[in-house]
Amino acid sequence: MLSYILRRVLYAIPILIGVNLITFALFFVVNTPDDMARMQLGAKRVTPEAIAKWKAERGYDRPLLWNDAAAGTGRLTQTIFFEKSARLFVFDFGAAEDKRDIATEIRARVGPSLALAIPVFLVGLAVNITFALGMAFFRATPLDFAGVVLCVAMMSISTLFYIIGGQYLASKLWHLVPISGYDSGLNAAKFLVLPVMIGVLSGVGSGSRWYRTLFLEEMGKDYVRTARAKGLAETAVLFRHVLKNAMIPILTGAVVVIPLLFMGSLLSESFFGIPGLGSYTIEAIQGQDFAVVRAMVFIGSMLYILGLLLTDLSYTLVDPRVRLE
Amino acid sequence: MRSRPALVLALAAACLAPGCGEVWNDPYPAVDARTNTLYTSFAERPKHLDPVQSYTEDEAKFTQQVYEPLLQYHYLKVPYELVPLTAAAVPVPVELEGGKFTQYELKIRPGIRYQPHPAFNPQHQALSREAIGRLKSPYELAAPGTRELLADDYIYQIKRLAHPRLHSPIFGLMSEYIVGLDAYAKQLKAVAGQQPKDAWLDLREFPLEGVEKVDDHTLRIRLKGRYPQFAYWLAMPFFAPIPWEVEKFFSQRGMAEKNFTLDWWPVGTGAYMLTENDPNARMVLERNPNFRGEAYPSEGEPGDAKQGLLRDAGKTMPFIDRVVYSREKEGIPYWNKFLQGYYDVSGIGSDNFDQAVRISIEGETALTPEMEKRGISLRTAVTTTILYLGFNWNDAVVGGGKDKDSAERARKLRHALTVAIDYEEFLSIFANGRGIVAQSPLAPGIFGYRDGQEGVNPVAYEWKDGRAQRRPLEQAKKLMAEAGYPGGRDAKTGQPLVLYLDTVARGPGDKARLDWWRKQFSKLDIQLEVRETDWNRFQEKIRKGSQQLYILGWNADYPDPENFMFLLHGPQSRAKAQGENTSNYENAEFDALFAQMKNMPNSPERQRIIDRMVEVARHDAPWIWGFHPKEFSLSHSWLMNGKPNNMARNNLKYLRVDAQARATLRSDWNRPVLWPMLLVALALAALVVPAVMSYRRRERRAGKG
Repeated sequence: MLSYILRRVLYAIPILIGVNLITFALFFVVNTPDDMARMQLGAKRVTPEAIAKWKAERGYDRPLLWNDAAAGTGRLTQTIFFEKSARLFVFDFGAAEDKRDIATEIRARVGPSLALAIPVFLVGLAVNITFALGMAFFRATPLDFAGVVLCVAMMSISTLFYIIGGQYLASKLWHLVPISGYDSGLNAAKFLVLPVMIGVLSGVGSGSRWYRTLFLEEMGKDYVRTARAKGLAETAVLFRHVLKNAMIPILTGAVVVIPLLFMGSLLSESFFGIPGLGSYTIEAIQGQDFAVVRAMVFIGSMLYILGLLLTDLSYTLVDPRVRLE
Repeated sequence: MRSRPALVLALAAACLAPGCGEVWNDPYPAVDARTNTLYTSFAERPKHLDPVQSYTEDEAKFTQQVYEPLLQYHYLKVPYELVPLTAAAVPVPVELEGGKFTQYELKIRPGIRYQPHPAFNPQHQALSREAIGRLKSPYELAAPGTRELLADDYIYQIKRLAHPRLHSPIFGLMSEYIVGLDAYAKQLKAVAGQQPKDAWLDLREFPLEGVEKVDDHTLRIRLKGRYPQFAYWLAMPFFAPIPWEVEKFFSQRGMAEKNFTLDWWPVGTGAYMLTENDPNARMVLERNPNFRGEAYPSEGEPGDAKQGLLRDAGKTMPFIDRVVYSREKEGIPYWNKFLQGYYDVSGIGSDNFDQAVRISIEGETALTPEMEKRGISLRTAVTTTILYLGFNWNDAVVGGGKDKDSAERARKLRHALTVAIDYEEFLSIFANGRGIVAQSPLAPGIFGYRDGQEGVNPVAYEWKDGRAQRRPLEQAKKLMAEAGYPGGRDAKTGQPLVLYLDTVARGPGDKARLDWWRKQFSKLDIQLEVRETDWNRFQEKIRKGSQQLYILGWNADYPDPENFMFLLHGPQSRAKAQGENTSNYENAEFDALFAQMKNMPNSPERQRIIDRMVEVARHDAPWIWGFHPKEFSLSHSWLMNGKPNNMARNNLKYLRVDAQARATLRSDWNRPVLWPMLLVALALAALVVPAVMSYRRRERRAGKG
């Protein structure tokens, strides 16, 4: 298994270089270093000298990918791409364009992101499985039909609607929780109740329907029929056999997103004023802060690769037939 | 068992009660409820809090509470008036060598002290990297020090304008005036080149020719030629004092990695100090215990006394102990928090305008009954901003023209558009009437601006029945025919006239606005092609001078006509000289008058020149003058002394809060409504109970079977 993990880690390196290259190309197709300088220096009284100084200070005065003026390997290394990307592989994210240290920002923001994402993930998983099991148990009855209709209805509503509606009802009308904001430690709880509930609620439709499909698929299999033929109660069949076997796709689907929880939620963080990594990324894109964008894309890609690796490893835990070679 | 129904009933009654006394949706700690704190918000995180770089309004709301330049604007008076802040008096410039130089001698009031800060304690100037790494805030360091404000601190900051590692937006401008500043920048660049990248550059070692210390409380600044607007710059944070100790303190190794820099942790002599700096969530200003105190103004505009703005005349400021800024990026939570009493002041977004303000048939604005019931008050002020539609003077169709004939045709076309484009309608549809139509480049409150009949642009309006009325469309059509475009077609070729408008569009929400522009042009049968673009591409086009028509704005740096007229000054053409004249307008007479007016003190003679400049500009019409936005500001009944001021950003010290009244009203307005929780519980039960019953039935059936 160790050699498998090592091999996967080595595979990750060209993937990360590729992702970096694509991010770099996409970013600089839309923004030139001059645009970035103007964005940072503001719209008023910006002289060409100030732009040149800004670019030189941050190394944006070099060619993008190939430096004809340099010699040897310098042609490749004395470029914006190499200088900005190489450091990422040793987790040196450098400073944002406003000179704030990116690593410090990430450390400060990862807590709020996780404080929102982990409860949404865990509670959501529990609610979705419970609801899906219920529908599977009452399959082909009016209750199942009502559940599916409810799921489809909930899937069809935009997350934004849940957020605005939730804020309107829970905070504006009923004054039950603060409408937005964040605080450190346990004081954060009152700010998280509403976004967590909305996060869970907005995912119930799609999650439950998917899990229901998985459960129904399992329930049609021979071993379930055998279990019933043995005289097992329906609940025992459901919990002891169906749930256990359906856990393989559930687990793989869940494990792959665990590392991405660190990246935060773009929409919820913005609307609820939670200072997490999701809003950090959005602000960097809006502010054309390439340093932050490339760092966040790099971390996101790395976490996704990690998620896929963990998924593969989790297969071996839940299904003894699977062996990694 | 018998008591169970009673218990359920009691619980239900408790839930259905209109509230349980305590407020649940308070975003602030309960212990702060009755403290002397102002609660407000910020949408954009500030980029720079170093006064040498900071230039935006988002940043000024923090920097101007902490830093004290030599001068400030009178809080209540309009037209805006400079008054001393740390200076003993507003300086009178002295001309030297027959006007070749101008000298400002500035005397600082003695006894002004800096806020407590670790930088003033020599022990904290040599911290280990580990010690810095453990800090969450520079204020965690024990035994902060202070010292008196000295002339050296202002000199140090002026030198920082030329610092090779800082980007002062006004360096280019100031190097044209402050003697020796340009050469000083080159000297510093050479010195910095020999140092490690993050080493502290002690500017005290390098004298600057044009700035001189006379004594500990006096400095002299020498300018090349005349520049009367320099006094206004002295009221901006670019000229705030920076003690060398602070710069040295933040240059210690390990500080930058913790984001402890002067750009994020301002240190000043102002009424407040920034003690909590989390630009992602919350910024907190606290009363500077070393602040000397300042008297609230005892005179203002007519009507200020009636509005209660002089109630605190002569009392020592600041009145508020603490100011909490919460980051609020979205409009809905921001507005609702204001209505719930969790923000003391608020602007009005377009989505909430109808909920907050009603406009009578006569055009008068008033609060809605809902707002009045809450005791909210509304204050409005026309901003020193202009948003206009510009013509590129280099364009063959709408510009200055190659010869006299083509110039005249283009001028008539511009005049026709000036008549046809109905900015009153624009304001009504897209700004809820929040603005006044501009009649010239000058904004109200600026010297030279004329109100009433004499201020009306005769190209677009005629004075009838005591008010300005837009000229009829027929006149615009006649002008079109005179310009050679009868019925919107070129009289020579018969081809329809197509014009191109460059504008920044942010999404589908702009469609209505762009359609409106097309409609305005179609009134004259002109086809308008709108080229929507992003801000960068738009700026690039303006820079290259490749636009035809464009929409842009200007927000005044200081209340002087020069700061508006220079936008039309030929030598400051954007395409030719990268200046601020984005229309690349050129008129020899206007340029000559500008050169004359620029250096004059406000006087009838200056007014006469400005009148002529306005006349020339109206005749040439390089812009359709657009409008000046009106700022609408709401505040709760417990907030006193609030008055919009486009120039004075150090406004927090003037404000006063009645924290007791606020706490009571917040409590009244935010009682939790608990019956929905009971309803949700019942709904869940309605879902679960049939399921359980059905399950049991099925299990029993299975057993029987």
